[in-house]
Amino acid sequence: MNGPPPSDLALFWAGVIALAIMVYVILDGFDLGVGILFGTASDDAQRATMMDTIAPFWDGNETWLVIVGAGLFATFPAVYAVFMGAFYIPVLLLLFGLIFRGVAFEFRGRSQGMRWLWDWGFFLGSVVVAFVQGAAVGAMMRGIAVHDGQFAGSSFDWLHPFALLTGIGLIFGYALLGAGWIVVKSDGAMRDWAYARISWLAGIVFVIIALAFVVVLGVDAGAVGQGKLGERPWGWAFPLLGVLALAAAVAGARLRRDLLPFACTVLFFLCAFMTLGVMFWPYMVPYALTVGSAAAPDVSLQFLFYGGVVVLPVIALYTVGVYWVFRGKVRGGYG
Amino acid sequence: MELDPVILSRIQFAFVISFHIIFPAFTIGLAAWLATIEGARLVTGNALYRRVFDFWLKVFAVSFGMGVVTGIVMAFQFGTNWGVLAVKSGAIQGPLLGYEGLTAFLLEATFFGVMLLGRQRVSPRFYFFACCMVSLGTMFSSFWILANNSWMQVPLGHTVVDGKFVPSDWMQIVLGPVQMVRWPHMLLAAFLTSAMCVAATGAWYLLRKVHRDEGRVMLHWGLGLVALLIPVQLYIGHLTGLYVLKHQPAKFAAIEARWKNEQPASEVLIAWPDEANERNLFAITVPKLGSMIASGNWNSAEVGLESFPREDRPPVLIPFFGFRIMVGMGLIMLAVSWFGNWLRWRGQLEGKRWFLWGTFLSFPTGFIAVLTGWYTAEVGRQPWVIYGLLRTKDAVTPSLTTGDVMFSLSGYVLVYAVVYSFGLYYIYKLLRDGPAGLADAIPGATAKRPMAFAGSSDSATGTGRPP
Repeated sequence: MNGPPPSDLALFWAGVIALAIMVYVILDGFDLGVGILFGTASDDAQRATMMDTIAPFWDGNETWLVIVGAGLFATFPAVYAVFMGAFYIPVLLLLFGLIFRGVAFEFRGRSQGMRWLWDWGFFLGSVVVAFVQGAAVGAMMRGIAVHDGQFAGSSFDWLHPFALLTGIGLIFGYALLGAGWIVVKSDGAMRDWAYARISWLAGIVFVIIALAFVVVLGVDAGAVGQGKLGERPWGWAFPLLGVLALAAAVAGARLRRDLLPFACTVLFFLCAFMTLGVMFWPYMVPYALTVGSAAAPDVSLQFLFYGGVVVLPVIALYTVGVYWVFRGKVRGGYG
Repeated sequence: MELDPVILSRIQFAFVISFHIIFPAFTIGLAAWLATIEGARLVTGNALYRRVFDFWLKVFAVSFGMGVVTGIVMAFQFGTNWGVLAVKSGAIQGPLLGYEGLTAFLLEATFFGVMLLGRQRVSPRFYFFACCMVSLGTMFSSFWILANNSWMQVPLGHTVVDGKFVPSDWMQIVLGPVQMVRWPHMLLAAFLTSAMCVAATGAWYLLRKVHRDEGRVMLHWGLGLVALLIPVQLYIGHLTGLYVLKHQPAKFAAIEARWKNEQPASEVLIAWPDEANERNLFAITVPKLGSMIASGNWNSAEVGLESFPREDRPPVLIPFFGFRIMVGMGLIMLAVSWFGNWLRWRGQLEGKRWFLWGTFLSFPTGFIAVLTGWYTAEVGRQPWVIYGLLRTKDAVTPSLTTGDVMFSLSGYVLVYAVVYSFGLYYIYKLLRDGPAGLADAIPGATAKRPMAFAGSSDSATGTGRPP
């Protein structure tokens, strides 16, 4: 059952949301990754430098998550309702993690006695956010129970071993992205520190992907096998390219080319995203609601279209502008 | 009261929205105040206004940041707890709230950055223009929120297709008659809230004998603005009451604690409504006044709650007291501002310490009025989430268990307790320390990161200069 074909406007908004998710994953991914690595750094100066590499960016990066949330409600309310119901606990933990991270970021510099608390808040917040996002992706790959347009499972359905694996995988994936970002934005001892971590982070990500693959083939074929990757052999180009990108990130670190590890990890995430796209299309809630069946009526999509085509490019330009203003390596903080 | 997912979800929504609305209300008012005082500076060239502006700009930035943080939570509430509502009315509520998000993001990406960081980089006239645009932007943001809520109060311009509400006339939805009364009511509430805070802060400095020049400006402007705005607000508030009478008679009867149909109707000034026995205890009533307030003559018939089936009646206690507390706060603002301006005209304002104390202690009146006004509107709309179309108990996400919502609600309470106490502490510190010299540059600060402005001299990341 593939439902009614999507209208042009529904395709447009599905594209906008997919793009916003992609931008979010890469942008917030690297600052979450820096937050995850932050917990493993030993000295204070190093931690301060790590904070500086993301200071002007992290808050704006989260804008894209809100665009995804609000955009889903506005253009695919059925998807919004099913996701928020199915991922009630993960969404809650996501919000708590993001709030704690944000607050910790701004407050840690202002309190000496409480700094340990904020440092832990920043680290744990980043880990929790990465984990629930990864687990949600795993749960989506296994499919979501829908009845009568509403989520029909229980609040802990998402907590399946396969989803645990993808959750842990994303923690390391974001850490890899974060390490690449630190290399781009720093030099000296800080850059060496990050370089040293890229190879084994990439190795762990690879092992987890391989494990997930084994789990899918061996134990969980029934659930994950509902995906469309089997019917679309050309789609395997994406995971293969993804693994190559992972290897290239390691090679870039060995060659000490500052931009290469980050760029290759971004490519890796793009490939992972495309793989999921091939697996899910035309479903938005796998394997229950399609783009065509979940879209709001065209009169609603049209109404929001006028605002979207004006505002979204401005936000994109602003994002580019901020990255341009704060380009180059961090040296003794931005002043 | 049995704890089920519906009542717990209602408590959770009330909790997160109450702690959210405080900041937008404050920032809408502060943005208008900043544009006003910057305009005054542009015209007069008075450097004192510039110091007052710079000071309130920091408070504005941190409040804006707190509003963004608590607002992210709101973007997910409709789906997590009100899944049926989201599916049934998403085609209407989704785009309205979507436009709110777009407005806020557009603001952050454009003039907000100029206002926070661009003083040295643009001409004074353009800077003033940016301040006006930020103020307009915050007002437009609230426009969409009120359009959404007004549609939930009095749904217009829709058709029902397969049990879902589909927009048929956006003009009616966005610019309906109810919206055109309630939006100004909320804007004025925000202006009054901030103006009272500005006046109270000024009074605080004069009491402590610090920042006297700036304190005087704040006290005079704050009291002056409240004195001008409060009569307008009382009138718009009356118009808001008339829409309730016309479209939501059960809510009106609950606000009045009018159990029986009456002609002429008396007005219950204060009482303890006894919902179980449908009567008022300890009531102080004025004969015939109820008819006058509702219909403008002394002899009209007014409906009581007995005219509505029990399952269609709202609770009485919260709308009844919420409304009275809101009006009471308005009357305090009226008394403080008009008496304060009279004292100022007599040249006695700063000599009357008891009055300065009174003004200082009135700082929360606007916040209390905003909250109780919203409680009146929202609880009074019950048992409907979309008035007359969808009952609240039918709107909740069907998969939720009591345990789920218990868990999330306690989580929100805990997280907000931590975040709020620190956020409020930094705002308090900013207000207590008062206007200082020119603010230092904040490392890595952008318009998307307004919380960085909570500290002025030390770096957010711990690498800046020591204070």
